[in-house]
Amino acid sequence: MITPPRVLPAGDRALVVEYGATIDERVNARVRGLAAMLNAAAPPGIIETVPTYRSLMVHYDPLRLAVSDLESILRAADAGLAAEAVPERRTIEMPVVYGGEFGPDLADVAAHHGLSEDDVVAIHAATDYLIFMMGFMPGFPYLGGLSPRIATPRLSTPRSVVPAGSVGIAGQQTGIYPTDSPGGWRLIGRTPVRLFDTARTPPVLFEAGDYLRFIPVSARESAEIRRNVASGAFAPVIRVERTHPR
Amino acid sequence: MTWIDVLDGGMLTTVQDLGRVGSQKYGVPESGAMDGLALRAANRLVGNADSAACLEMTLAGPELRLGAPVVIALTGADLGALVNGRPAARWQAVSVEADTVLTFRGVRDGMRAYLAVNGGIDVPLVLGSRSTFTRSALGGFEGRALCAGDRIPVGAAPGPPRRPGRLLPRHAVPVYGHAHSVRVVMGPQDDAFTDEGIRTFLAETYTLSTQSDRIGCRLSGPRIAHRTGADIVSDGTTLGSVQVTGDGLPIVLMADRGTTGGYAKIATVTSVDVSRLAQAMPGDRITFVRIGLDEAHALLRGAHAWLDAIRRPGAEEEDPAAIYDEDSGATLAAEGCVGLASALGVRRATRASGRDMVRAGMPGVVVSVAVGPGDEVAERQTLLVIEAMKMHSPLRSPRAGRVGRVLVTPGALVEAGTDLIEFDSTQARDDEHDDR
Repeated sequence: MITPPRVLPAGDRALVVEYGATIDERVNARVRGLAAMLNAAAPPGIIETVPTYRSLMVHYDPLRLAVSDLESILRAADAGLAAEAVPERRTIEMPVVYGGEFGPDLADVAAHHGLSEDDVVAIHAATDYLIFMMGFMPGFPYLGGLSPRIATPRLSTPRSVVPAGSVGIAGQQTGIYPTDSPGGWRLIGRTPVRLFDTARTPPVLFEAGDYLRFIPVSARESAEIRRNVASGAFAPVIRVERTHPR
Repeated sequence: MTWIDVLDGGMLTTVQDLGRVGSQKYGVPESGAMDGLALRAANRLVGNADSAACLEMTLAGPELRLGAPVVIALTGADLGALVNGRPAARWQAVSVEADTVLTFRGVRDGMRAYLAVNGGIDVPLVLGSRSTFTRSALGGFEGRALCAGDRIPVGAAPGPPRRPGRLLPRHAVPVYGHAHSVRVVMGPQDDAFTDEGIRTFLAETYTLSTQSDRIGCRLSGPRIAHRTGADIVSDGTTLGSVQVTGDGLPIVLMADRGTTGGYAKIATVTSVDVSRLAQAMPGDRITFVRIGLDEAHALLRGAHAWLDAIRRPGAEEEDPAAIYDEDSGATLAAEGCVGLASALGVRRATRASGRDMVRAGMPGVVVSVAVGPGDEVAERQTLLVIEAMKMHSPLRSPRAGRVGRVLVTPGALVEAGTDLIEFDSTQARDDEHDDR
């Protein structure tokens, strides 16, 4: 059930357009739809928009755009959402070496659920994960869709360094560390793909609203991909489909 | 093309501009100056665009040498700046010669100062900004705080230099002090708090914690009651968001905050007062005052009018030769308790006490003590290390002399003004480096 959004002030330079208070794909789709409309129309005075699970943060310059005018723009854009063409669905394939030195916690995750390591990999790689939003650190995707069959609590003691590209599970979430970082997620694999690179425009390979699909690869294939990444020859496989109206 | 040589990085000196716009949707924090108004003012004084990059200098300033004749301006906190050893004017464009050395004797007011150079700090743009985000080693000078040996590039001046002496009228120069009334607009999640919780937030006095940094100003004080809990489904953050964590204490999110957050946000600090909060020192008292959105926008227009006062030549701009602020120098001498370069704002005891006491400039924890009673120390020798603002900062000797008593041990919690190390008063005083 989609309710009309609440438009709330976040100080004197941002408004929050809130579609709900839950993690819900339809709520999230409205958020991204509104962001797409605003980005396309680019009204003067809107500085940037930041989509999250359930709301859109709209940063604006109050010296150029009166808040009452901005609110009208937002209400009109929201009203136009239903008529808006359904965006295409992009799925980015992310090669991952599972287990071994790249996924030191894969065995623990399997043991936790009484599964084999291959079972865990098969389950993890069988889903298109929706990127609800990005945050936490540059290039980090919040993914939805992890099977409860492999949901596993965080490590009790976080690692001081998790290598960039590590794929992990924490509770009901799965995700990828875009850069080296401390972290407590259970690491089940690693991608050779560089997720965040400020030399690229945009610096990320995917955005909120895209889907990620993990593709199991061998260590040898991963090494070759890593070389291509380093030489700039790598381009991720992206599947594009028209989706049906929501 | 010229440069700035860093002789000492100070406590935390980074390249900042107005922030990284347009990449928050990728999870890249905004960063930028904590006190955006002071940064804009510094740029306008030297004739830069508002968006030019400056150095943001925290509490214990750096030691810098300028590579060529340039026009500079210092705004924001009063960190006791000296130009070639003489008190430097603040909030004023100043012409300096090549090889001019800029040092800082210690904080007298505020927390963060800005140094603008005509032409701007010319590090590469990363995602549209020169701001440093140290946590991800992004932007700025090699993605990190400046340290000794760095050579920081300065851009070509955008036009003929502004006339030195251009200044902010004296009555308009901010004085920060240690009690800050911070105006907020309520929301976006004020409905997550009980009426009592909101009353607590608006009525009580909070204290800025030593755990504060560029990510957030952490506050201690009475706990704010949530209705059902602190956690929300994550949504966006903005500069000044006041989130209240599970322990009921508020954190004001600042320049390097994460782009999204999962704690309920009771209110948002107005843009104007974010600049004020950026100048609050750990231990300072903070109270929150609720205002309406219209009033917040009026304040912001007022702040820009304040900036525009720089552009208009005023009566006080008559003396273009005024490079040094002699008035400020007189104040220095009168106070006689000025902090030291590269230390945590150490204060020297007044003559009336008849003792030479090194005191803490701000609250923190003593990490280590490097000297003992009877030790002969050189000027600027490290006496002890204090952790504050999540950083270890060496506290250096104000002068050469012999240590009398050491009054703290590692692990000691110290407040601003706590006695740390006493010089041996029987030894002849070395007046060479006296404040006068």
